[in-house]
Amino acid sequence: MTAPPTSRPVPFDDAISSYEPVIGLETHVELGTTAKMFCGCPNQFGAEPNSAVCPVCLGLPGSLPVINKAAIEFTIRIGLALNWSLATWCRFARKNYFYPDMPKNFQISQSDEPLCTDGWLDVEAAGTVTRIGIERVHLEEDTGKSRHVGSSGRIHGADYSLVDYNRAGIPLVEVVTKPIPGTGALAPAVARAFVTELRDLMRALGVSDVRMEQGSLRCDVNTSIAPSGSAHWGKRTETKNVNSLRSVERAVRSEIERQAGVLVAGGRVVQETRHFHEDSGTTTSGRSKEEAQDYRYFPEPDLVPVAPSPQWVEQIRQALPELPAARRARLQSELGLSDRDMAALRNAGALDLVAETVAAGASPEQARNWWLTELSRRANEAGIELGSLHITPSQVARICALVESGELSNKLARQVLDGVLAGQGSPDQVVAARGLAVVTDTSVLAAAVEDAIAAYPDIAAKIRDGKVAAAGALVGAVMKATGGQADAATVSRLILERLASSS
Amino acid sequence: MNTASELTRWTAAEMAAAVAAGEVSAVELTTAHLERIARTDVQVRAFLHVARDSALAAASAVDAKRASGQPLGSLAGVPLALKDVFTTADMPTTCGSRILAGWQPPYDATIVNRLRSADVVILGKTNMDEFAMGSSTENSAFGPSHNPWDLSRVPGGSSGGSAAAVAAYQAPLGIGTDTGGSIRQPAAVCGLVGVKPTYGGSSRYGLVAFASSLDTPGPLTRTVLDAALLHEAISGHDSCDSTSLDAPVPRVVAAAKNADVAGLRIGVVAELSGDGYASGVLTRFNDAVELLESLGAKVTEVSCPHFGYALPAYYLIAPSECSSNLARFDAMRYGLRIGDDGTASAEQVMSQTRAAGFGAEVKRRIMLGTYALSSGYYDAYYGKAQQVRTLIAGDFAAAFEQVDVLVSPTTPTTAFPIGERADNPMAMYLADLCTIPCNLAGNAALSVPCGLAPEDRLPVGLQIMAPVLADDRLYRVGAAVEGALDQRRGYRFLEDASGIDESDDATGEAGR
Repeated sequence: MTAPPTSRPVPFDDAISSYEPVIGLETHVELGTTAKMFCGCPNQFGAEPNSAVCPVCLGLPGSLPVINKAAIEFTIRIGLALNWSLATWCRFARKNYFYPDMPKNFQISQSDEPLCTDGWLDVEAAGTVTRIGIERVHLEEDTGKSRHVGSSGRIHGADYSLVDYNRAGIPLVEVVTKPIPGTGALAPAVARAFVTELRDLMRALGVSDVRMEQGSLRCDVNTSIAPSGSAHWGKRTETKNVNSLRSVERAVRSEIERQAGVLVAGGRVVQETRHFHEDSGTTTSGRSKEEAQDYRYFPEPDLVPVAPSPQWVEQIRQALPELPAARRARLQSELGLSDRDMAALRNAGALDLVAETVAAGASPEQARNWWLTELSRRANEAGIELGSLHITPSQVARICALVESGELSNKLARQVLDGVLAGQGSPDQVVAARGLAVVTDTSVLAAAVEDAIAAYPDIAAKIRDGKVAAAGALVGAVMKATGGQADAATVSRLILERLASSS
Repeated sequence: MNTASELTRWTAAEMAAAVAAGEVSAVELTTAHLERIARTDVQVRAFLHVARDSALAAASAVDAKRASGQPLGSLAGVPLALKDVFTTADMPTTCGSRILAGWQPPYDATIVNRLRSADVVILGKTNMDEFAMGSSTENSAFGPSHNPWDLSRVPGGSSGGSAAAVAAYQAPLGIGTDTGGSIRQPAAVCGLVGVKPTYGGSSRYGLVAFASSLDTPGPLTRTVLDAALLHEAISGHDSCDSTSLDAPVPRVVAAAKNADVAGLRIGVVAELSGDGYASGVLTRFNDAVELLESLGAKVTEVSCPHFGYALPAYYLIAPSECSSNLARFDAMRYGLRIGDDGTASAEQVMSQTRAAGFGAEVKRRIMLGTYALSSGYYDAYYGKAQQVRTLIAGDFAAAFEQVDVLVSPTTPTTAFPIGERADNPMAMYLADLCTIPCNLAGNAALSVPCGLAPEDRLPVGLQIMAPVLADDRLYRVGAAVEGALDQRRGYRFLEDASGIDESDDATGEAGR
């Protein structure tokens, strides 16, 4: 074998000008059912290792799986929301391979008879709507989780490995898109938009908490490129380990750049699994051994086929909540948001938060401003999602109300926000504890105004002469005297009134 | 007062009645059987584990329950030999394999729960072909069991340990599992009644799987009524087993008491006869058919044209499922672990453990199944075998439109000598020729003794086959054959069994 020619990535814009990408996404979503897929063990994140296990999810000899009906219902919800045409029958299959975190050394999954096929989902990226075809949605059980102990943290070079089977048997839905051609330079954005839309959909359907950082939504990204105008698609790579929305976008971008580099250098793209690295934003080749895997799928003989009755499916359809696209349209009109505002809110994951803040009494504009500026900044600083901030929409609404009524200045409101985020209690508790309320006691303010006029007689004289703009200096003095807890507009008004009346 | 050796000769029905009436205590019964095991098992080698303490404790609990006037289970105080393929929280479970030697499960199989609820006393766990793969118990990692009729011969398999125990009066009740004949074939060659209930009629939860779509737990007993009592005690829907049927249990006990075949339509399967069948087997089988006719049954010959494909289809489906079912034995969580020296990878430990822990037949079937399921061969092997399965079910459906039950010999030959077929898998596989079709179709079947083959004075079994969930018909026909033959003979069939050296029986604790 000859060594592949060395190549360096081609800058994205150049790559796109010569090559047409085709992308595809395989997204795994852990369903938020109370119990696991095939046993009664609790489905929860973060429990003591190997505490949520039983003979079934440990795959002990003699144990048998029993299908959790809730997982089927959740999957039907997803299928309906993805515009799936009703399949009357599905069957589980065994996917056979050996791995220490697989209790039975086979995974109960679905092969050629999945619960849902042939759906679609519209996603919007940079103002363009793309209809993404969904090949299939199928249900399977999650595996346990290996932890490799040693310097590398990976299986190679580990001193030993530990396995936590709490995750084994958690219901997992795999959503596989059809290949998505024709997105050109938007390919990375479309990939991200799809995962975002799917995440919002899962959340709206109430079937998963879809937390990428906890692994309840995991994504594999397939990318190929071919010379523009080519009749054939290129060889695709499957990038694993893509665990944030931003990474989805970066992984596609990086793969397009890398593959273009390989082709420009006269090489061939190898069909392989690649791993994405968050730190560098690039991918490296995974083990090609995985490609040769023969899973020996066959129908799971321990389970009977599932045939959801049309009545049941209809009940589920009737009970579907408002779906994100419809909800967005409604909220945009109700909140009077521009397309640009909508895009900003969605990117920040703030639309629901804003809607809830408005529902709690804030004006749409204030709600939008707080979530998109102050709170977004703090979430970024903390490296967490907006929704994970330690503040509720109703608390934000309360702060808006305090500002609206003049009890807090914007500056004070930011301090209250800090207090709430730091876990010091509700906005009112923080105001009380820190003594942050605006000084509205006019007698106190009037005294401060008198002091300021007395301290700066020449400025006071200018104001009396009609140079109202000079009042700023006096306002500053009053604010300083009250420790910033006065409302500047009120102070300004009091000064002007005082000097007008004395003339 | 009954002597201990007389007690062990009673039927399970007699024991249950005597315990309920206070004529004998459960502890007396259990002690008698434990003593019998101690005296005879050095020859028979039916048990892998004798649970003396837990058996006596269970028996005492039954006696206490009776003393305090609480209602007793249907088989209260009756001892039982349990095939070592069911999980038991208080006894090890090995499946006759080195790879599970000493494994103590943390839970009871559903069948075990039901036995305990029926107040049955479990004496211990019996020998079997490794993971139920075999027809002689010679594939057990712990050595073969011996046929009480002739200790140099096999007791059949894979449930040979349970069969040998019941035939040797070590227990009146045995539980086996039948994947391709593993209850009926040992029943036939040990002169017992053995039943494969309708698939899904008895729970598989806690039954360590060989071939999930075929495995069926069922009774091994000395009389048809005992089999019915045990059948009823273990049957019924189990929410832990998705393939368990949610249907009323066929009224098998009532049927066993109604030994009337007058007017019953019985079909003789044309394909399960002829070349390859021992003459003594065919003689006794034909006698049994004549007997049934004399009792008023209408006998006709029925053709099941696809039965000839049953054996090859079985040897694709069962190995395919077993290759997947046995993948879990990988040294990671329980059982044997070989090669974990701190340098070997998990894959190397898995591989070395499986190489050392599985016997030749298990490895052969894992390899057959892995091949049959592999990409490019699936359609030709596993897929085609499933189509054959459908055709065989079709043969049964057509036959049961004409007749109420089908009959055939249970096995082509009587018990063969230990070692005779050990190196010839194909010859061994033929032992299940007549029993496999019912496993593939999922319907019910029973083997009942129909006499001794003239040439070797060894038992021959009559197989009766009924439609899915018509298990009761098996008992009606089985009881008729049993009753007529017992009456003709003047004593119970098993009393002809003479393999066990009775002088040794009298000497006491030999070898224990």
